[in-house]
Amino acid sequence: MSELLSMTAVAARAGLAQKAFSARELTEAYLKAADDTAALNVYVAMTADKARAMADASDARLAKGDARPLEGIPIGIKDMFCTEGVETTASSRILKGFVPRYESTVTARLWDAGGVMLGKLNCDEFAMGSANETSAFGAAVNPWQATSGALKGKALTPGGSSGGSAAAMAARACLLAPGTDTGGSIRQPAALCGLVGLKPTYGRCSRRGIVAFASSLDQAGPITRDVADCALMLTAMAGHDAGDSTSLSAPLPDLESALTAGVKGMRIGIPDEYTLDSMNAEIIALWQQGRAWLEDAGAQCVSVSLPHTRYALPTYYIIAPAEASSNLARYDGVRYGQRVDGATLDEMYAKTRGAGFGDEVKRRVLIGTYVLSAGYYDAYYIKAQQVRRLIQDDFAKVFQDVDALLTPSTPTPAFALGAEMDALTMYLNDVFTVPANLAGIPAISVPAGLSSEGLPLGLQLIAPAMREDQLMRGGAVLEKAAGFTHIAKGAAA
Amino acid sequence: MSIDKQTVARIAHLARIAVDDGAQERLKAELSGILAWVEQLNELDTSHVAPLTSVTGHALPMREDAVSDGGDADTILANAPEKAADFFVVPKVIE
Amino acid sequence: MNDNTLIEGKNGQWEVVIGLEVHAQVSSQAKLFSGASAAFGASANAHVSMVDAAMPGMLPVINRYCVEQAVRTGLGLNAEINLVSIFDRKNYFYADLPQGYQISQYKQPIVGEGSISITLPDGTSRDIGIERLHLEQDAGKSLHDQHPSKSYIDLNRSGVALMEIVSRPDMRSADEAAAYVSKLRAILRFLGTCDGNMEQGSLRADCNVSVRRPGAELGTRTETKNLNSIRFIAQAINSEVARQVQILENGGTIEQETRLFDTSTGQTRTMRSKEDAHDYRYFPDPDLLPLNLEAAWVEDLRKNLPELPDALRARLMEQYGLSAYDASLISEDRNTAAYYEKAAAGQDAKLVANWMVVELFGALNKMGITLEESPVKAEELGQLVARISDGTISGRIAKDVFALMLESGKDADAIIEEQGFQQVSDSGAIEEMIDKVLTENADKVAEYQGGKDKLFGFFVGQVMKASQGQANPAVVNDLLKKKLQK
Repeated sequence: MSELLSMTAVAARAGLAQKAFSARELTEAYLKAADDTAALNVYVAMTADKARAMADASDARLAKGDARPLEGIPIGIKDMFCTEGVETTASSRILKGFVPRYESTVTARLWDAGGVMLGKLNCDEFAMGSANETSAFGAAVNPWQATSGALKGKALTPGGSSGGSAAAMAARACLLAPGTDTGGSIRQPAALCGLVGLKPTYGRCSRRGIVAFASSLDQAGPITRDVADCALMLTAMAGHDAGDSTSLSAPLPDLESALTAGVKGMRIGIPDEYTLDSMNAEIIALWQQGRAWLEDAGAQCVSVSLPHTRYALPTYYIIAPAEASSNLARYDGVRYGQRVDGATLDEMYAKTRGAGFGDEVKRRVLIGTYVLSAGYYDAYYIKAQQVRRLIQDDFAKVFQDVDALLTPSTPTPAFALGAEMDALTMYLNDVFTVPANLAGIPAISVPAGLSSEGLPLGLQLIAPAMREDQLMRGGAVLEKAAGFTHIAKGAAA
Repeated sequence: MSIDKQTVARIAHLARIAVDDGAQERLKAELSGILAWVEQLNELDTSHVAPLTSVTGHALPMREDAVSDGGDADTILANAPEKAADFFVVPKVIE
Repeated sequence: MNDNTLIEGKNGQWEVVIGLEVHAQVSSQAKLFSGASAAFGASANAHVSMVDAAMPGMLPVINRYCVEQAVRTGLGLNAEINLVSIFDRKNYFYADLPQGYQISQYKQPIVGEGSISITLPDGTSRDIGIERLHLEQDAGKSLHDQHPSKSYIDLNRSGVALMEIVSRPDMRSADEAAAYVSKLRAILRFLGTCDGNMEQGSLRADCNVSVRRPGAELGTRTETKNLNSIRFIAQAINSEVARQVQILENGGTIEQETRLFDTSTGQTRTMRSKEDAHDYRYFPDPDLLPLNLEAAWVEDLRKNLPELPDALRARLMEQYGLSAYDASLISEDRNTAAYYEKAAAGQDAKLVANWMVVELFGALNKMGITLEESPVKAEELGQLVARISDGTISGRIAKDVFALMLESGKDADAIIEEQGFQQVSDSGAIEEMIDKVLTENADKVAEYQGGKDKLFGFFVGQVMKASQGQANPAVVNDLLKKKLQK
């Protein structure tokens, strides 16, 4: 059993092709792993029957030699993706009972590529959070545990918002997991759980059928065990969709060949502004180590400046809530989801939304409503869109000189669940990931080492728009140099 | 910008979210804190910067005028909390 | 300022200021941002896609035809076309607004300033300014009379493409507003961008009305929403003007508010649900990118525009020698003009216009039917006029023939034949009748020949009477003169 669980998707694909095991066996192993790790609270719905039927169909295709790119690969789906006939709630009370009659484009592409659906994975409510603690289902738990220090013995966060997806991946309760990333929701949990997470160029993966948080920032992307799986999965997920007006029509570069292209001759920028006063010393050391790894592989690393970096987070916390306040207006108890009755329409709305949304969602909807309201729109929303342009310009300028940027993925490793933290402190988790969302450019987090407490740490590469291939080149080099083979203590065996 | 309870109540009403008195107090402090923090953007002079309206710089794609959807009221109403005949039902609205 | 539009008050005159926001449904097959049908009259929620119902994650994709029709309409309104425009979200909660926002265009509409020339009943023309035209989604429909404590929601209209056409506050009377809407509707119909069907709601108007002392600052305005006939627009304006004048003359103030028009009383009333101060929180819709149009594409549309009412009217005057009044009536819609041009082909065009505007329109009006339903087809009207021109029948007889044509659906020649209406032009037959009349009235002949010229008309009348109206008056005149001179 553990043999099946320890393989990457690329390896499993080879095994399936060679008939070393069947898709059904692989799926059964993962269904059991999901059961075994139920205490982590990662799955909010299992679709075992569906999984078995899909696995059997994959076996039939494999038998005919008609395998597709992800044939028979068990996949866990973040609850932000609408899945036809399977309850989809965005981990919110307000969507309890909502069963979409349609499939998101990204998940449809995964099924069309032969993927097997295991179930729906926990996340922060409407993807608003960095610790998976805002979920109506309760927090997902990181299978990693501190081996020493103050965190030892404590349940840790897998990060957020794709916390359930990252925790499930690290716990070996699924083999691939698509996430959504609005300000770091793929990369931060991937970093905290020792996984590869990639946010593609804005528009690369269709947003159609993904519960919207902030439309101009949301992007789906892969969470995988290694960089090669990431290339495989993104190739299946990405593609133009006429059902999303912001979808890109340009083809994805050849990611598979980029995996082995190396970084020789590449120029990598090290942005000065990504050094924080409060930053963990281990993270700084790892960042320097990453630079050395890239240089050893033939890249040239140079210091660069992105002067508006410190304004990225406050810019994000105006734009994302503003868009969210409007995107979440449709949850009104009229056409789907939960309703709390009221004597008047307005009372029904207010009660439904008051009871249906959790505290963090309410906070963001209210902030978003405020910054768009009469008299404040220019001071907040327009100001933020102006600064957003400056941030985008910063990247455009440095990318005239370098092919990619190297930064830490997060300012700290995983922290304890339930830690008292005010909203602003929580928001700081996304300080290194948010700028790529604001600029619409691709970025990847690659596991690069363990902290002194035995917790995973990630390094982030950021590339110009459309150049996911450069993330693969750099990511593959970092991965090889880091040799990250650790497995979470809480993983299924 | 520090906001008062009345403002919290006003935006909560605009957003149609019921917020009780205690929560208004708490939100007043939280929202004021967040607003004060985002106001660091005012350190930047952006008077000559055009606000970003699209991150991709692409033009809006258009579709052809053809009926390709609809025709299935049951599917549309499948998740409705309250329905009658083929209508969604809400508390009575007085115009 | 047009003095004759001023209202006489108790203690001086009032000037009325009217601006209109017209919502015109684009004549598309599918909705603005979804592939559901935009057709009228389906069963509840039958024309609804996941996008229109605002299902989670469903996204808008714009209909090219709707964009094209907005641009063509803008060109037809002599307006500026904005090559870059932005779709914004207008945020508010309402039961028939599934997204919680309406996708509209706020700061950068697709069409900017233009104008419409209106012709008033007294024959004068005025230009009414157009401020803008933008594309937006319609909302669904709430039914409040199906249940004592519930409202029922039908989303069939949700997402249907509308062009909102906003005028300048340039109108000064209900008549001008009515003329403006008629003209706008004519332009839309000529372009084919909107069917102009007000009963089905494809064309609706919101009327902004205020009054002021002539030349003073603008007064506070009220907005009366959703008027779906030209008659209601005029009624609502007149009732609103009377109400405002009365309030102001009694020392009151006008409250800026949205009002509803009650078709049963012909009065406006305040909305019972006092909306809170609107705060629509407009911002660019991040699901849509800026709409960029190519100048060459716009030029292409411009080149291929059909003839519009003003150009048609000018051509009718030029080509057929019509009066401004006849030309403006005939150019009001394309079918009327087509009917006219068919009827007038090869005929006395002015006479055809006269017959059409006076006799035909009058008759159709009385019968309560449209030109398309007219029992007299264009060629048949042309034939009738031809028979007047060639002397077969007199103008007076033609009216009898026309009445029979309406009644029987037969053509003029058949009726003339059946009824023996042919005019007598045979000079022999007429000579006989003249001789008979002169013989019977020998005394009057003597008086005439003695210098009483006025009696000529008497002889003509007698001859016509003798011929039962069928003698050709010209021939009668001619022969009579000759005989009397003898």
